[in-house]
Amino acid sequence: MSRRLSNHRVWMLAALIVSGVACEREERRLNEPPPQPPVTFVSQSPLQPGPNVVTDTAEGPFDDNAFGTMQGQQLFTQMNCTGCHANGGGAMGPPLMDDEWIYGSNPNQIFASIAEGRANGMPSWKYKLTNEQIWQLVAYVRSLSGLTPKGARPSRDDHMMVKPAPSQTPNAKPKNTGLPGSSQRP
Amino acid sequence: MRHQTIEGTHLKWLLCIAVCGALACRTEPSPSTGTTTVQRGSAPANGEVDLPADDGQWVRPAKDFGSTRFSALSEINTTNVKNLRAIGTFSTGALRGHESAPIVVGATMYIITPFPNVVYALDLTKPGFPTKWSYNPKPELASQGVACCDVVNRGLVYDGGKLFFNTLDDHTIALDAASGKPVWDTKVGDINLGETMTMAPLVVKGKVLVGDSGGEMGVRGWLKALDENSGNVVWTAYHTGPDKDVLIGPSFKPFYPKDQGKDLGVSSWPPETWKIGGGTMWGWISYDPEQDLIFYGSANPGPWNPEQRPGDNKWTSTIFARKPETGEAIWAYQLSPHDLHDYDGINEQILVDLPINGQKRKVLIRPERNGYVYVIDRTNGQVLSADPYGFVNASTGVDLKTGALKYNPDKETKVGKVVREICPAAPGMKDWQPSAYSPRTGLLYIPHQNLCMDEEGIQANYIAGTPYVGMNVKMYPGPGGNRGEFEAWNPQTGKQVWAIKEDLPVWSGTVVTAGDVAFYGTMDGWFKAVDARSGTLLWQFKTGSGIIGQPITYKGPDGHQYVAVLSGVGGWAGAIVAGGLDARDSSAAAGFVNAMRDLPEKSTKGGMLYVFGL
Repeated sequence: MSRRLSNHRVWMLAALIVSGVACEREERRLNEPPPQPPVTFVSQSPLQPGPNVVTDTAEGPFDDNAFGTMQGQQLFTQMNCTGCHANGGGAMGPPLMDDEWIYGSNPNQIFASIAEGRANGMPSWKYKLTNEQIWQLVAYVRSLSGLTPKGARPSRDDHMMVKPAPSQTPNAKPKNTGLPGSSQRP
Repeated sequence: MRHQTIEGTHLKWLLCIAVCGALACRTEPSPSTGTTTVQRGSAPANGEVDLPADDGQWVRPAKDFGSTRFSALSEINTTNVKNLRAIGTFSTGALRGHESAPIVVGATMYIITPFPNVVYALDLTKPGFPTKWSYNPKPELASQGVACCDVVNRGLVYDGGKLFFNTLDDHTIALDAASGKPVWDTKVGDINLGETMTMAPLVVKGKVLVGDSGGEMGVRGWLKALDENSGNVVWTAYHTGPDKDVLIGPSFKPFYPKDQGKDLGVSSWPPETWKIGGGTMWGWISYDPEQDLIFYGSANPGPWNPEQRPGDNKWTSTIFARKPETGEAIWAYQLSPHDLHDYDGINEQILVDLPINGQKRKVLIRPERNGYVYVIDRTNGQVLSADPYGFVNASTGVDLKTGALKYNPDKETKVGKVVREICPAAPGMKDWQPSAYSPRTGLLYIPHQNLCMDEEGIQANYIAGTPYVGMNVKMYPGPGGNRGEFEAWNPQTGKQVWAIKEDLPVWSGTVVTAGDVAFYGTMDGWFKAVDARSGTLLWQFKTGSGIIGQPITYKGPDGHQYVAVLSGVGGWAGAIVAGGLDARDSSAAAGFVNAMRDLPEKSTKGGMLYVFGL
């Protein structure tokens, strides 16, 4: 009895191995998994002891993607980002269309600011949005000051025209000069 | 409000007339300011006036329980005010909008800064006003992120040896006025629900009355009474929801049928939306000891987008009369039912007795955000008159029979539709900045703005602790192009007497004195003294930053009269400077930035106290 069973097991194992090999040969990704958050630490400041060892230049997954940027624009209204940052000019929160960045302007830094929140009043969104949605917001936020490729930036709003379209916004040459709640403008 | 007949009033009047006459004869040009004064009518002819007794102190932002902001001090008058000079300054170390009033108790001045709400006690007996003590409540940093309109504080209040104030992160704190040590500290709100606190408390009969801010964050507004000695919450009156939560009981007798009925705070809303419907209380409270009633109003309903809340949205934008001991409502009058344009109802109510149609009436005067000066019988809530004090097209008047505000359907905001030229704009004809009333001139002095706006409704989503607004707004100057005005108003006739057109919104408070001088400040930093009868500019001083604070006047330890004000631009109107906003987005700061594009060229940040004397 036990011998016959173990024979079965060997056959089943063999079948599994064969099928596994066959799948590898025909791999097709029908569903793209959402991009994952950076596993490395994100620095808010460029300051390191001594010369820069690592410079974070990673692009956001939707930076050059017009559809993803538009999704980000919709989320920007739906998640009430507009209540604090208006349509980029700022209100309770700092403006996002200018060249001053409090917590850094590169995609990983903006992702971290949205996901983790920031001490001076930015709420943490990591339990409210998927990583994919946050990356879409990153693309839209960067488009506001012309930091993403021009062709991917929204060229119109669906609402009352209150600001130039991101596609018309000049690249703002980001600077890490913003102070929380106390921007240096003009 | 104790009243006292001052002997020799006739003599004073004669003297005053002589002085006024002499002033009229002077040909010396007034200082150039780029402003114009418009004479419209005449001041009411008063007989004898009873001036309130004045101990020379300033223990609460509104001066007295009736919120007149009138000082009976008269050493500084229309003749000598030109000699005023700065005799003391003090840097607050804060860069945001300074809306608060300094207060003076004995020989000490107390000031509170915007966030982080540091309290300073300054010794007025010594040259340079050295600091006696300071207290930093260290509020939660994150509270800055849920404060809709700059991280302001409108003042602290003194009573019975203690100072009371609110912090942005929802603590009401009592300090020992002598030592600056905390006596109690009660947390009354939650920033994670969008609640902050910016208003100045009022202490009445051992109760510290405080309310919340956050009408743009989907909070449910309230007024609470805390025990003066323990800090325990004695009662809470919500401004939406069932009668038992609003403290509406058998004593509640609203004047108009529109405000009568059971649980209107529930039935005038779509199901459950009253729980996130706003109606906060971040403004002013007055108290009439004779009737033993407090009077105050509730703020706008949320979200701003009115299509998401069909119904009257009670009890938002409503004046309440309540008993201070229990909080029970005696009457209520909804000023702006189903508010369309963020017309909060939190402005000051000035309690005076006025002859109306030959009859002496106990009234409250209320220059309202929706553009009308209401004169209301404070014993029962009947509107006696409501006249526009600037250009209004969002409504066509107030029906005195029904109490209804007659909305202009052309200016009703809709989702997906841009409605243009709505006047007044969202901050109203007048926002929080309190006016003053002189019993000598019988006039109300109203600092206000002159702005209109375009609006487009958008669907607002409720996410706790985040903005719940649903409106694109773009503001710009109203008719005439001047964005502000300092106006003298005759509440008996309902007419303007004179007005000073200011280029920028007048976002400061004002004080008027028995020397017939009124003081106010401009957002480009000029602190001005004007003749309370004619509006003639008598003196001005350029402070370091724009003025949005509340001026006061007091008698110093040396027996002489002084005037004090905080300079430091900000607030909703000054958010473009205080928050460093980007004017390329005309919807920034809920559309206010579009009207203030030039402010960064006219004022920089920085809080400073100025004290002036002869």
